Amino acid sequence: MMKLDPRIPAGPLETKWDRHRFSEKLVSPNNKRKITVIVVGTGLAGASAASTLGQLGYQVECFCFQDSPRRAHSIAAQGGINAAKNYQDDGDSVGRLFYDTIKGGDFRSREANVYRLAQVSAQIIDQCVALGIPFAREYGGQLANRSFGGVQVSRTFYCRGQTGQQLLLGAYSALCWQIERGQVTMRPRTEMLDLVVIDGQARGIVVRDLVTGRVSVHTAHAVVLATGGYSNVYYLSTNATGSNVTATYRAWKQGAAFANPCFTQIHPTAIPPGDAHQAKLTLMSESLRNDGRLWVPKAAADYRSPGDIPAAERDYFLERRYPRFGNLAPRDLASRAVKAVCDEGRGIGPGGHGVYLDFADVIDQQGLDVVRERYGNLFDMYQRITGEDAYHAPMRIYPAPHYTMGGLWVDYNLMSTVPGLFVIGEANFADHGANRLGASSLMQGLADGYLILPYTIGHYLATAKLISVGEDHKESRAALQRVTNRVGRLLNAKGHRTAASFHREVGKLLWNHCGMSRNEEGLKSALTSIPSLREEFWRDVMVPGSGEIFNQELEYAGRVADYLEFAELLCHDALHREESCGAHFREEFQTDEGEPQRDDSRFSYVAAWEYREGASPTLHKEPLAFEFVAPTRRSYQ
Amino acid sequence: MKFSLNIWRQKGPDEKGSFMTYEARDVSAGMSFLEMLDGVNQGLIAKGEEPVAFEQDCREGICGSCSLVINGIPHGPDRGITTCQLYMRRFPDGAAITIEPWRARAFPIIKDLVVDRRALDRVMQAGGYISVNTGGAVDGNVLLISKDQAETAMDAASCIGCGACVAACKNASAMLFVAAKVSHLALLPQGKPERTRRVKAMLGVMDREGFGSCGNQNECEAVCPKGISVRFIAALNREYLRAGVVELGLPAEPESPHAESA
Repeated sequence: MMKLDPRIPAGPLETKWDRHRFSEKLVSPNNKRKITVIVVGTGLAGASAASTLGQLGYQVECFCFQDSPRRAHSIAAQGGINAAKNYQDDGDSVGRLFYDTIKGGDFRSREANVYRLAQVSAQIIDQCVALGIPFAREYGGQLANRSFGGVQVSRTFYCRGQTGQQLLLGAYSALCWQIERGQVTMRPRTEMLDLVVIDGQARGIVVRDLVTGRVSVHTAHAVVLATGGYSNVYYLSTNATGSNVTATYRAWKQGAAFANPCFTQIHPTAIPPGDAHQAKLTLMSESLRNDGRLWVPKAAADYRSPGDIPAAERDYFLERRYPRFGNLAPRDLASRAVKAVCDEGRGIGPGGHGVYLDFADVIDQQGLDVVRERYGNLFDMYQRITGEDAYHAPMRIYPAPHYTMGGLWVDYNLMSTVPGLFVIGEANFADHGANRLGASSLMQGLADGYLILPYTIGHYLATAKLISVGEDHKESRAALQRVTNRVGRLLNAKGHRTAASFHREVGKLLWNHCGMSRNEEGLKSALTSIPSLREEFWRDVMVPGSGEIFNQELEYAGRVADYLEFAELLCHDALHREESCGAHFREEFQTDEGEPQRDDSRFSYVAAWEYREGASPTLHKEPLAFEFVAPTRRSYQ
Repeated sequence: MKFSLNIWRQKGPDEKGSFMTYEARDVSAGMSFLEMLDGVNQGLIAKGEEPVAFEQDCREGICGSCSLVINGIPHGPDRGITTCQLYMRRFPDGAAITIEPWRARAFPIIKDLVVDRRALDRVMQAGGYISVNTGGAVDGNVLLISKDQAETAMDAASCIGCGACVAACKNASAMLFVAAKVSHLALLPQGKPERTRRVKAMLGVMDREGFGSCGNQNECEAVCPKGISVRFIAALNREYLRAGVVELGLPAEPESPHAESA
């Protein structure tokens, strides 16, 4: 029977982390040398964790499926990273960052975790500056800030529109240092395909070398997953095409609880989908909403060009619905507002899937040059993709799956329900509740990797009883066999359909029934369709080539097979949560004005799902206690 | 639209490769170059044939995975973009397009259009970092950095490590790649303490990995998707010269992190 113990330290919120760190056991420097830790994934969380663990003296084996650790998808984050520095003296503080984050998450995250995140945020900036991250500066040489959606202070640090890139290259450079020192062994082009659990402890992983096709077991004293989110289950998302759920899903099947999978963030400002062959959606940074105004025509089916529609006949719907935050309303509300006006037939562009994001006013007030300096690269990107010039006509935007708040359940120490399996960054469920605020994912990834995990994993390694294991242990061999069988099955199906066609189909199903808004009927129909689609996949998928070579289609088909199982878990969770909170909007639960209706009496908990072979997953609940803030109705009006 | 594609196919590192011709049909102007290739591959897979292997991931020009030489030019005919940002409206209907992998001794071919770029990682491991432990860093505003300096550092730091500069250079030199990192770190006060060791170590590994030397023809800048300027190669040469002076024991400028930089 699975037991969820969040291990939250007692006592005042402000001192929990300090006291916890002091009470943690340490591993002596001599012993660290004898300990191996596996880190899977080299995004912000993985690279920062692997480098810090290496620097502390552990032997680290680090894996990524890309050809270089520098290519992990954190690299694509545009906007910035939050920190409670209060350099602008505009009323920011640790307490306010904590409150904004917990409110932004619609009171579905743990107070203790979120407070710790806000506490360490300032230290992340200092660390990044020390690593040589070229943050934007004021003329006087001080660090610059900008504001971001869902908050009323300027606490976001940035490097043009490439903050994720710079932070990741910083973590990658720290990783390079540890590789050079021999503390980290880096294995690129190596994909984790299963978890090895021995005596109830995570002790290794099964990987496939993507160049030679060789499948092998790597054992260690602990395993850290930093494998990102699962937005690509929707097929079209803003994620890199390689981002996938396989590592966390495989760990789920070996006993790690999966928490709140239905909390999936749909980002409001992406370029609308065009062609049927489209492989991904391109995000336009949320920072554009600082100056751009969202609108649609007041009348449905108004096909005039935007310049011909007078101001009186335009509906600036975010400013109308959320006067206090206007165009800076949080992502979940903004996305749904866009969907609502499109559902009313007022959407613009092909298929009515789009709204205008208009810069005419700011260009009038501050001039073209200012807008060009601030957003030039984004306007260029928009022009390349759409062939349209956003300096002269408004951009068209539409929501797109972007980030997943759900993930493997972890306790305060970032350890999953499998002892020795730690999960960090987007891969865990911990800090963003039911909705993530802009510029918080970079903060969380680096907080977990640089500043939290290196402490908490030490306590586990100092106290756990760990026998010596190797790749010939029977559990290792069994895990290896599972992977070999599965690869064989994929190659032997020899059917008629490509993996991509199944991926597109399951993605569309989820987008329609478990996307921006959900209802019981739709979710139930998805739950009946998914198993038959999965059966068809295994019967009719075509994967050419063999397993002993570089075979990109085999890699992809394996990921699609996991989406086809994971999609069901996502729908189960969405169906059971009979409330609307954050990004999870159940149509049955809304106010007369169409705002989400949360139900704290029934659903103030983390839904952690346990895998059961051949049966529906079992739900376990971790109640959320709010000792320091009172959950209020999350109003941005 | 339709196109005739002349694509380099090679089963493995030690196999002999050759060009094969494929037709791309039902292409729309709004499709990206990689989506066009996806379409060709879907057709091949449905027939049970091995698809053309090529690299891609973020498809928004930042991860540096994609790497195709298109009609002889790395990342294709447009300036300042990666292959994934190239759209088919750029090509006339019916055109013949030749697609090759990056070609350089330091980048052995793995399969078809996929090459092994780990040599660039090894150059970075030689010194493309600041040796600073996690924790205990001073406040980010303790060392002021002028806006211009930060912006110039950012210009250099925007390198995505795709290797187009190497592929474009007839010497297969990685000078622009190394210059971008050396300049980025040398421009910042945090990077100054290690600048002497860094430049020598990175250039040493660059040579050992089989990259050629700079011929000052600037093809690298022309194909760089981030428009990184060859001025940074000049800065790299200056850093290298400076390192030689320091090693001889002669006074260069002060090493204090508080010193104003040039």
